[in-house]
Amino acid sequence: MQKIFALLLISASMTAFAADIEIKLVIENHRFQPETVNVPTGKKVKLVIENRDSTPEEFESHPLNREKVIPGKSTGTVYIGPLAAGTYPFVGEFNEKTAKGFIVAK
Amino acid sequence: MFATSLIIFREVLEAALVIGIVAAATRGIPARGRWLFGGAMLGLLGSAIIAASMGAIAQFADGIGQELFNACILGAAVVMLAWHSMWMASRGQAISQQARSLGGAIRGGRQSLSILLVVVAVAVLREGAETVLFLYGISVTGTTSLVEMIGGGALGLAGGAAAGLALYMGLLRIPVRWFFSVISVLVILLAAGMAAQAARFLVQADLLPSLSAPLWDFSNFMPNESPAGAVLHGLVGYDAHPAGIQVLFYVTVAIAIALGTQWAKSRTISAKK
Repeated sequence: MQKIFALLLISASMTAFAADIEIKLVIENHRFQPETVNVPTGKKVKLVIENRDSTPEEFESHPLNREKVIPGKSTGTVYIGPLAAGTYPFVGEFNEKTAKGFIVAK
Repeated sequence: MFATSLIIFREVLEAALVIGIVAAATRGIPARGRWLFGGAMLGLLGSAIIAASMGAIAQFADGIGQELFNACILGAAVVMLAWHSMWMASRGQAISQQARSLGGAIRGGRQSLSILLVVVAVAVLREGAETVLFLYGISVTGTTSLVEMIGGGALGLAGGAAAGLALYMGLLRIPVRWFFSVISVLVILLAAGMAAQAARFLVQADLLPSLSAPLWDFSNFMPNESPAGAVLHGLVGYDAHPAGIQVLFYVTVAIAIALGTQWAKSRTISAKK
């Protein structure tokens, strides 16, 4: 059990160092900027999402299997990938009409 | 109003399904209604506190506080469900035999209720906090009228509660002979699903490797956001495109609780001899 835990810890710390690509995303007026995010395939990407609105937003992507509440006037981090080539839509669940975007892996 | 109610419904559904299973699992234990209600109220109170401190939680631990928090409370629920499953195996047989005689069920019933109170509170807490934030958001922006907000909220809440009630009524129709076995399997799968969700949050926070994501993709066949997908997600932790580590967590926890339950059962039987 301890060995497994140690292995998990080591692999966790290794993966933490492996994330070298960081992409900024801004939420303003319930819209994402940019709405299309290009990322390389096969790499882990750190999405840093800054919510400039005063209201909370939930970054959600079913294809990416990610969901995270970003409170108003704050920044949240979501790790995604490594991804296969393709287009992965995401939304701001609390304002689905306007807050939409795509992650394009190529 | 429909958009508002749909979001509320999605948030309420998962908690309602958990409460449906727990209500069925505590069948025959007196005063369970008070305990389940207490759990739900504790969860609601907690949601409000969590929602108010979401800013602080989000900033904690380099922006991954929310994932750590979610993984921790899911982990707590998994432990409670595992505990309950083993408890039910060792004491539940006696209770199922005496299901109709109140006196027999009181002994030990309280312990089960206090464990499940935590499970209900956690289920409500997780979904509740998001609901509170969402409602706060639309009330501040003023794009949605108060009537729409309250009406949509009530409609979504009623829909979710109806789903939980339907599950409960359905479970009660299972013949007593199989009832405890079915509940026991449901509790194990519920716990396994929560463990898989905890793993997903830890991958999102980059604390665990994804081990191939997705391991498979059923999103053309039954996406997570489809009605069947959402119900199965709440019940048994269905995920259309899970990461490898989620499947690993799911299978490991399911097997561990099943083995523990078997052990508890065999120990009770040998003790009786």
